[in-house]
Amino acid sequence: MPASFTPKVVTANALLEGDVVYLTEADTWSRHLAEADVLTDEADAQIRLIDASSRSGEVVGVYLADVTPDQNGPKPAHFREAFRMRGPSNYAHGKQAEPATPPRT
Amino acid sequence: MYRYTDFDAAFVAERNAQFRAQVERRIDGSLTEDEFKPLRLMNGLYLQLHAYMLRVAVPYGTLSSAQMRQLAFIADKWDKGYGHFTTRQNIQFNWPTLRDVPDMLDALAEVQMHAIQTSGNTIRNVTADHFAGAAADEIADPRPVAELIRQWSTDHPEFQFLPRKFKIAVTGSPNDRAVTKAHDIGLRMVRNDAGEPGFEVIIGGGLGRTPMIGKVVRDFLPEADLLPYLEAVVSVWNLLGRRDNKYKSRIKITVHEHGIDDIRARVEERFDFLRPAFSGVDQQLFAQIKSDFEAPAFKDRDTAPFDQAYANDPVFRSWADTNLSAHRAPGHAIAQISLKAHGATPGDATSDQMRVMADLAARYGHDELRVSHEQNIVLPHVHKADLPAIHAALNDAGLATANIGRISDIIACPGMDYCALATARSIPIAQEIATRFDQLKLEHEVGDLKIKISGCINACGHHHVGHIGILGLDRAGVENYQITLGGNHTENAAIGQRTGPGFSAGEIVPAIERIVDTYLSERESADEAFIDTFARVGMAPFKTALYGESEKKQQAA
Repeated sequence: MPASFTPKVVTANALLEGDVVYLTEADTWSRHLAEADVLTDEADAQIRLIDASSRSGEVVGVYLADVTPDQNGPKPAHFREAFRMRGPSNYAHGKQAEPATPPRT
Repeated sequence: MYRYTDFDAAFVAERNAQFRAQVERRIDGSLTEDEFKPLRLMNGLYLQLHAYMLRVAVPYGTLSSAQMRQLAFIADKWDKGYGHFTTRQNIQFNWPTLRDVPDMLDALAEVQMHAIQTSGNTIRNVTADHFAGAAADEIADPRPVAELIRQWSTDHPEFQFLPRKFKIAVTGSPNDRAVTKAHDIGLRMVRNDAGEPGFEVIIGGGLGRTPMIGKVVRDFLPEADLLPYLEAVVSVWNLLGRRDNKYKSRIKITVHEHGIDDIRARVEERFDFLRPAFSGVDQQLFAQIKSDFEAPAFKDRDTAPFDQAYANDPVFRSWADTNLSAHRAPGHAIAQISLKAHGATPGDATSDQMRVMADLAARYGHDELRVSHEQNIVLPHVHKADLPAIHAALNDAGLATANIGRISDIIACPGMDYCALATARSIPIAQEIATRFDQLKLEHEVGDLKIKISGCINACGHHHVGHIGILGLDRAGVENYQITLGGNHTENAAIGQRTGPGFSAGEIVPAIERIVDTYLSERESADEAFIDTFARVGMAPFKTALYGESEKKQQAA
């Protein structure tokens, strides 16, 4: 049996603002992890990564990040992704200072 | 201070115009990220975890009040109202957007500053003793040497695509405050038996993944031979340095693999070849540069206001005891402004604080400020009579923390709160240690103790040379902190030894407390500093304090 595939999201930094973005199901970029498309199939994840990587006019440094699916949307699997989602711990800057995550639609 | 020539100003303006066009071409899609990245790095622009980061060069850590005010203006206009002073005497802005960066660079150029060669595989901003030109123990001012090197290395055509970054530090004092033995090249200004000025040249030092203490490649280099000799060192390494493996590319590995004698022979051969090409123009330039760094006219005044405040005001006395250093001029002092208020982010200053420091430098300090590699700001030339007023102004701005050289004067890299390379956070650990020892009121009893924290193996926080070094790592998806003891950043440079297994974020502050308790119980007297106690008693009692007796028994078995 093949090893189980850890669910992933496609993430990057926005070209102009430099902040963290996530790829949505509609192939748009969202500032909110809750709106990210959770990829559960490895082949699908690789294709979405390749396609997203070609959008160099919009984003920089595209990669797949592990997430843990949850009823309120995906949660970061690693602390680095938790910091990217939130912002630095020494000041209330970055995403934590921005409007709260909108409900998932 | 050095003032830009017309050539300098035109060069920076041209680079800024080029970069502005490069940014536009990146945004309109003419340049890919792969094409743009080396261009932005050459101009100090990184992409970090949450945003772009602009690293601005502060050559040899020297700033005028106008420059400091402009940094405050930039922080307010294009960032979030603060800046982060770094272990390479630079300042970083953590939140610029890509479109704003060309304007930020133009604003820097207005005050003769730039971000060129603060990144990339080039010769980086040259660092120097932050007490340069002021210290009582100084043989000669290292800043003219650092400026000469800056001019030689900036846009040097042979050295724009080196195997890796290359860092040079200069000290003019036998008491090394510039960590020269942990640089690719360290220069110690010395005099030979005939009293002639020259340099002891140290190469192959560095921290990071493979920490190395630099080795002396030339014990006396005549002053006039500096540039051809530096060019020889860099070009020998440029050819030999490993480009196949970035972890083996720094000159410390080249020196280690080939041996210092082989490298010395190659450098001397190359030096003989290059030396005739230096016609003496460099020495004419050097003479001009030296005249830019003439000492201010120090006035002889009564120090009574200082003496009175010192006798009567315990808060002022405490600050004076920790934050002042001996100046070479009578009645004067070097005052360090701590950017390490307990619980604050090491090295950060708000724009308001920058303006207060600029005003103090303009009013009392011959218009000079320095950034130290220990992430504090220095007023290098102040008269003691003015210190009570300076202290009062600093106090009002939250800048009068009396902790220079103490346990809360921690070097910390930005770590995973900002840095894309980090494996763990540094800043919260520094904040917690400083807050804890402030609560315990132990700081002044503990005395001289340098804690240095890095959030990854690259060691921007100099953890290897901290008396107590802390290295943050990712252990199976959890932040974990390794401790080293006995490191030394001075002329007696040493790499710290690992205590053993690391500690979680929750365990690291209590672990540091156990180390400090062990020192306090082991030291022979209050005069024996932590580093001296460690040298005398060794690792064993600290290991026992950290891991208990069982660990010791296991090792004995």
